[in-house]
Amino acid sequence: MTKVTMTVNGKAVCGEVEGRTLLVQFLRERLGLTGTHVGCDTSQCGACVVHVDGRAVKSCTMLALEAEGAEVTTIEGMADADGGLSSLQQAFQDHHGLQCGFCTPGMVMSAAALLAENPRPSEAEIRGYLSGNICRCTGYHNIVKAIMAASGQDVSAIAAE
Amino acid sequence: MYSVEFDRPATLEAALAGLKAEDAQALSGGQTLIPTLKQRLAQPSKLVSLTAIPSLQGICVADDGMLCIGATTTHATVAAEAGAHYPALARLAAQIGDPAVRNRGTIGGSLANNDPSACYPAAVLASGALIRTNARDIAADDYFEGMFATALQEGEIITEIRFPIPEAAAYMKFAQPASRFALVGVFVAKTAGGVRVAVTGASEEGVFRWGAAEEALSADFSAGAIAGLSLPADDMIDDLHGTPDYRAHLVKVMTGRAVSAAQ
Ligand SMILES: Cc1cc2nc3c(=O)[nH]c(=O)nc-3n(C[C@H](O)[C@H](O)[C@H](O)COP(=O)(O)OP(=O)(O)OC[C@H]3O[C@@H](n4cnc5c(N)ncnc54)[C@H](O)[C@@H]3O)c2cc1C
Ligand code: FES
Ligand code: FES
Repeated sequence: MTKVTMTVNGKAVCGEVEGRTLLVQFLRERLGLTGTHVGCDTSQCGACVVHVDGRAVKSCTMLALEAEGAEVTTIEGMADADGGLSSLQQAFQDHHGLQCGFCTPGMVMSAAALLAENPRPSEAEIRGYLSGNICRCTGYHNIVKAIMAASGQDVSAIAAE
Repeated sequence: MYSVEFDRPATLEAALAGLKAEDAQALSGGQTLIPTLKQRLAQPSKLVSLTAIPSLQGICVADDGMLCIGATTTHATVAAEAGAHYPALARLAAQIGDPAVRNRGTIGGSLANNDPSACYPAAVLASGALIRTNARDIAADDYFEGMFATALQEGEIITEIRFPIPEAAAYMKFAQPASRFALVGVFVAKTAGGVRVAVTGASEEGVFRWGAAEEALSADFSAGAIAGLSLPADDMIDDLHGTPDYRAHLVKVMTGRAVSAAQ
């Protein structure tokens, strides 16, 4: 076992982990942050996306020890300071960007990373950016709509799906 | 995943020493190796991470005009920073996998792995780049030795890739939509010395140069110049995504598109 230290959602955390411990295992099983989901465990679906030093990564495809010293943000860190939904999360609710909700933590984390890079993305840019996030329920249209709305763009002309 | 020791040294020397242990293996972005370990297709005793070694990171232009990319530079960094010098290479990097894969995956890892459907091998071979390791420089023409096989020796670490910058170049990828790897990808590079065409995704032998197209395009750099050519389907990959004939046909189509895009 090796000691790992990182900042998760603004709090310094540490723990003893094995070489093979994945970042997602550390977050879910050690820290109890079960908002980050494991959909495929084969690097395909994006349900496990978190931010490491501000960048979206698949936490099922990164070892916990690789995050030594890093700033990690999970879906639990996305709420506003008062504990309410952030405007991005609220947009997912308002525009029905989720159904079962399993993919949603990864979708929100990818969307947040996109908006940090590109504050007013086009529909094509959103779809391109979400190419590593799979949703089995929504058909994606309302996810795209939610992200456009969260970036302050008019979505009234986009048909309800 | 089997139990494995983990080490993340801060210098190349320490990484080379770490890789001397029996069955030790280098870890870069982990976007290929971690899935492989989960499937228990590899069982290293120890992983030596290269991601904390500053000398292996970053992009610069050397005095001789070569674009030098450190082995652990991520696809996202190449996409964001190589464009000013070598736009076709930056565009290739921007099409690898998805954003989260690009934020971890590295050029050195891709080249060491030499997946027959990977994108970078086509750029390296078409550009006539140099693969620099801790021990030597390897010319692209001597580096790729077939599917998942390279000239790298046990414990040898790629430190940098050095690209001569062509006059014109483009990469055209026909993506396999589920994996996002290349079903067929073609990189065309035009230099003062002639045109080089490298094909990935198509052959059982991994990335290869299409000599007949190079000759035709060196005489006339236009998509029409390859109209009369055809590629034998004998060594092409046959899987549920495409037959050998389909792949052979796609190589020609993608070569034509790459030439048009490079104009
Ligand atoms: C969903 C998904 C989609 C993808 N799509 C594409 C795609 O479209 N195109 C594409 O080309 N690739 C694609 N990839 C693969 C991706 O580009 C990987 O990042 C890359 O193949 C391996 O790089 P890595 O840094 O992750 O290497 P790792 O997984 O860490 O290592 C791979 C291998 O290289 C060795 N190695 C790593 N670095 C070095 C070094 N410096 N010297 C010597 N040996 C080294 C390791 O020991 C290991 O054997 C995809 C991957 C995923 C998960
Ligand atoms: S659980 Fe990580 S990509 Fe699916
Ligand atoms: S809402 Fe069910 S998988 Fe996306």
